[in-house]
Amino acid sequence: MADVKPRVKIPSSASAGEAFTVKTLISHPMESGLRKDADGNAIPRRIINRFTCEFNGANVLDMELHGAVSANPYIEFEAQIDAAGEFTFTWYDDDGSVYTTTNAIDLA
Amino acid sequence: MQDMTYTRRETLVIGAGGIALLAVTPAMASAVEEAVAAFTGGAAVTDGGVEITAPEIAENGNVVPIEVSAPGAEEIMVLATGNPSPPVCSVSFGPGSASQRLSTRIRLARTQDVLAMARMSDGSFVQATRAVKVTIGGCGG
Repeated sequence: MADVKPRVKIPSSASAGEAFTVKTLISHPMESGLRKDADGNAIPRRIINRFTCEFNGANVLDMELHGAVSANPYIEFEAQIDAAGEFTFTWYDDDGSVYTTTNAIDLA
Repeated sequence: MQDMTYTRRETLVIGAGGIALLAVTPAMASAVEEAVAAFTGGAAVTDGGVEITAPEIAENGNVVPIEVSAPGAEEIMVLATGNPSPPVCSVSFGPGSASQRLSTRIRLARTQDVLAMARMSDGSFVQATRAVKVTIGGCGG
């Protein structure tokens, strides 16, 4: 989907064991399935139902989302690293699409 | 005379609203209980140990910023107890996370309590609730 765009903000480097903030945002309508259109027909549900963050293949965060998460889901959390590597962020859409973005980080 | 008609209609509307509210509440309460039971598996839950940061008054129920924090938790579940569909999100923390804290933005249909429940690393469960007043409800409808 052209209207879905993931954005991630992490520092370019961090020292070992130092906690830093990871901010993620993905543009997505998060259609809850509870709304009706002008003709009274239910609009089918289409949300991001799962978000994961991995660092060098190890799990950092695994999140299950429901219809009560706002449109353009914003997720902020804290991570730490002990080596340089790559963060992989993955969003799973109800329609089967999977959006992935990766961010490299250096050891300071 | 017109005034009277108006008052009567208003009364009827309020009455109907009240009945609808009464009819809906038990269903939502059981949805919350179901979600809690699925999360805890029937284990006892103690208060405290989880912190919810949310605005006291949310002007727009479509975008309510919240933060949940539960030091030592493996998984945190958030429920909007007054939403037509209470589950908001559940998040599990892996070894790469620096803290058991998460910020996000949620939808609240009306003034209600937000419930956060955490499974700690020793297998116990803790919970906290926070009341949020909603001026304009989210969730469409």
